[in-house]
Amino acid sequence: MSQKWSLNIEVQRQKGQEQPHFDRFDLEISPDATVLDAVEMIWAFKDCSLCFGHACHHSTCGACGMRVNGVEKLTCITLIGDVTQNGGTIRLQPLRNLPVVSDLVVDLTPLYHRMAQVKHPSVHPIEENKGVANQQTAQQGESDNSYTRLADCIECGLCISVCPAAMTSPAYVGPAALAGAHLAGVIDQQICAIVDTKNGVWRCHSAYECSEVCPSHVQPAHRIMQMRRQLLSQRIRRFFGLQTFHQRKQ
Amino acid sequence: MNRIFQKPDNAIQWFDPRGRQLGYLAFILNRITGMGLALYLLLHLIMLGKLAQGPQAYNSFIETVHHPVFLFGELLVIFAALIHGLNGFRIILNSFGIGVEKHKPLFTVLMIVTLLCGIYFAVRMIAR
Repeated sequence: MSQKWSLNIEVQRQKGQEQPHFDRFDLEISPDATVLDAVEMIWAFKDCSLCFGHACHHSTCGACGMRVNGVEKLTCITLIGDVTQNGGTIRLQPLRNLPVVSDLVVDLTPLYHRMAQVKHPSVHPIEENKGVANQQTAQQGESDNSYTRLADCIECGLCISVCPAAMTSPAYVGPAALAGAHLAGVIDQQICAIVDTKNGVWRCHSAYECSEVCPSHVQPAHRIMQMRRQLLSQRIRRFFGLQTFHQRKQ
Repeated sequence: MNRIFQKPDNAIQWFDPRGRQLGYLAFILNRITGMGLALYLLLHLIMLGKLAQGPQAYNSFIETVHHPVFLFGELLVIFAALIHGLNGFRIILNSFGIGVEKHKPLFTVLMIVTLLCGIYFAVRMIAR
């Protein structure tokens, strides 16, 4: 068993309409424990009024996203030893660019709403998508149900928190939803009306930080760039009176 | 438990490079140089406005800007234009789907080009 470290954990607190502030907690914890373990210890032994999101504890649910020393992390897979040293400080803050519900919990409704707008389902019907990604899973017979989870995005909101464009404009569709639109495949007119706008792919400032923090390697920035290429290609084809990919498919 | 009162969020976070990767650094540089170039454009227009005040006022102003501080400022403008222009070129390429996977090495190469070009202009300015 590893030696325990003495840490200062600074947690941003905000209940209701009060001003955000930091509460500092002293904690003895193993460097091999996760940051979420530390938060749970604070809640269990120091202050049970602390609000935070957690569920699966293995980076599948995306509920425990927070800013750890200013960097967006899934706290269930972030080790104490990777973010501080013995006697050091860990500063925990809620995700940015999303409304704070309480303490470290943010309201992800805008993200879910936009994912639905771009027709990015949380689960994909196997029968309807046998062509590409689902084929492998269907062949392996991994599920007896007619639905299975195939998309990588866990809708944790880390990409929205780190995005400078989302900080500039709340109307920005956001990296997760734009990546969702790209995952949906061909950009039809309905999706085009959302993504091919000033608050869609063209708002992205190409900071690529969303791809850096994504715990599921969805690479939203790369997908946004691919979608820009597709949209530019469509525009050029239209300009020269050629059929777009979507029109050819119809 | 100790309570610390402070404002956790402010606009400066847009320019905070701590914990961020190369792409974000490129974004910060693009914003800073963009604002710097906009400010220079304003100063440039003010300088051109001196023409309307006659040749004496203009010549007097030109003498002032030959001061080394102004020359250093001009060098900063050259660096800013190179950073902003070449970084913008990278974003255009990426937007056409070119070099997306290699955006970090591309940025590094373009910044080396910026440095070399900047040094060339600096030597030319000092030699003059």
